[in-house]
Amino acid sequence: MTDARSNILDVRGLRIAIPGRDGERVAVSNVDFEVARGEVLGLVGESGSGKSLSMLAVMGLLPRNMQVTGSVRFDGQELLGLPARQMRSIRGGRIAMVFQDPMTALNPVMTVGAQIAEAIRLHNPSLSRRALRARAVGLLELVSIPMPEQRFDQYPHEFSGGMRQRVVIAIAVANDPELLIADEPTTALDVTIQAQIVEIFDRLRREKGLAIVLITHDLGLVAGLADRITILYSGRVAERGAIEAVFRRPRHPYTAGLLAAVPSIDSTSERLHAIDGTPPSLAARPSGCQFHPRCAFALPVCAERDPDFQWFGQSMAACHRAAEALPMAGGDDGR
Amino acid sequence: MLRILLKRLVLMPFLILGIVTATFVLAQFTKGNPLISIIGARALDNPDIVAAAKARWGLDKSLPERYLIYVDNLAHGNLGTSFRTKQPVLQDLADRLPATLELVICAMIVGAVTGILLGVISAQFRDTPADHAARLFALLGSCIPMFWLGLLALFVFSVQTHLLPGPGRLDIRSDPPNTVTGFMLIDTLLAGDWDGFVDAVRHLILPSLVLGWSVTGIVARMVRASMLDVLGQDFVTMARAKGAGEGRVLFNHALRNALIPALTILGFTFAYLITGSVLVETIFSWPGIGSYAVDAARSLDYPAITGVTIVGGLGFLIANLLTDIAYAAVDPRMRSAA
Repeated sequence: MTDARSNILDVRGLRIAIPGRDGERVAVSNVDFEVARGEVLGLVGESGSGKSLSMLAVMGLLPRNMQVTGSVRFDGQELLGLPARQMRSIRGGRIAMVFQDPMTALNPVMTVGAQIAEAIRLHNPSLSRRALRARAVGLLELVSIPMPEQRFDQYPHEFSGGMRQRVVIAIAVANDPELLIADEPTTALDVTIQAQIVEIFDRLRREKGLAIVLITHDLGLVAGLADRITILYSGRVAERGAIEAVFRRPRHPYTAGLLAAVPSIDSTSERLHAIDGTPPSLAARPSGCQFHPRCAFALPVCAERDPDFQWFGQSMAACHRAAEALPMAGGDDGR
Repeated sequence: MLRILLKRLVLMPFLILGIVTATFVLAQFTKGNPLISIIGARALDNPDIVAAAKARWGLDKSLPERYLIYVDNLAHGNLGTSFRTKQPVLQDLADRLPATLELVICAMIVGAVTGILLGVISAQFRDTPADHAARLFALLGSCIPMFWLGLLALFVFSVQTHLLPGPGRLDIRSDPPNTVTGFMLIDTLLAGDWDGFVDAVRHLILPSLVLGWSVTGIVARMVRASMLDVLGQDFVTMARAKGAGEGRVLFNHALRNALIPALTILGFTFAYLITGSVLVETIFSWPGIGSYAVDAARSLDYPAITGVTIVGGLGFLIANLLTDIAYAAVDPRMRSAA
């Protein structure tokens, strides 16, 4: 594992609870992950697994009624409980975010240029109008938008989905952030556009040393871009580690199931693998290992006790049977 | 967008004609005798006077004939002569409309500003005491009867504490300024009469607040609902993620979008108040269209009734047009549509 001091983001024991009339509901619990400078972390999980919530917690953008505990260290500085003013200067300055749906992430009544310029001005209040415009046009160019000068004065509805996502990325990188959180940045886009967006991320990482947290459920995207992966299931980390290690030898049956569910061109099977069942709802979380009701390898102990992490050199998994060689689908060994 | 507006303008005269026809016909079917207001009840027994009056005011002609004469006059900008005031209706309306507009514009400013603010506060602090208080205040404005509130306001602020003047547009002992625009605030300033201006402002405060509070309720509810909708959208989170402060997020990003649906309500309310301010005008002895309409209806003053209706109809059409223009100004998607 990378030395803690070189990590740009270090999340430890993150817990997010939503108070309700019938007691609090824990959406995320005991989640750890870290990202080093210039590194890409894939944060993978199904809908409701807590991946987006975790990243909103990092940004300090969760609704006020949600209780966040644990530790979120950014460049050594604790972000949880940071005064609003300081958090604002980090948000959009040193940590930026790209949203899933470019059709809704831009303000429909502001020109694209004004929205980029706003992002710059919020962190550089002294810049002149002309300088702002020049920088914004430069950013449009950076994300490969043709005719940036003309595009600057247009409104979001005059842009296609892919072009809008480029604008969102331009806004995100406007102030040369050190960390970019991309929440399913390609999910809403056509496959051909997806590749172009991925290419932009890759270039930003190489050229600017940007660290990226890529939230996704697309394992193919993670395989292409990420150095490390953290797999969330029902608000907890199932498995995490170096991408090669996890992909080659998944230790958690859930990871194995996810990998097996990715269709492969050379697979002889005609049917897609699916994981039986559905993730537990927030209101009815099972006891013990969250995955045991859907797990083919569950033992009695799985329903009783939450598994601890077991460390396997380059990855770790929270499974009572992680050390055993289970006949799991997925992974290179299982094929 | 321009084409839509042009189309609206072309259609306007036809809509006005429709309104005129409906009002004209409906007014004739009301039971009652307009001659009472023309010659007085006692002269009704004298057939000579009645016949002369009927001939003088065209009441001896058949309904279709009278309608055609009326429309012909209307096309020449003549709204007829009031049975009651014996003045041209157009003159009556021109005398009274500025008073109403002045009051309604002030009330709309009060209602829009407070309504928008309360709506934003309600949405931002949803389900907190601040939200409940704001909603209660807005609700009270919508449901307290205006005549009662007006009387109460006059009693407390004018009679009891003497903080503000009583009914009317100006102190009755002062000389009104020369009528230029009919707007007391403008005319006093044009006359260089600073004391008169202050007096006019003080007279406007109570009726504007009473009328405005009723607008507050409608606007606040509308703005709250659309703000809640907008605040849940990605671009608002995006604005926060950029590092924007909460004020900027609320007013520059969320409110600009939330106002688009509220514009319809504002336009509609404005038009409604032109004839709907009658209760407040009556309480505050405000010489506006509303009180004129009541007098006209009471005495079956057909030309005046139709005249007021035309003003009300025009008010709605113009308010609609302005709403469309405002839409285009606020929403770029509207500008490029059509």
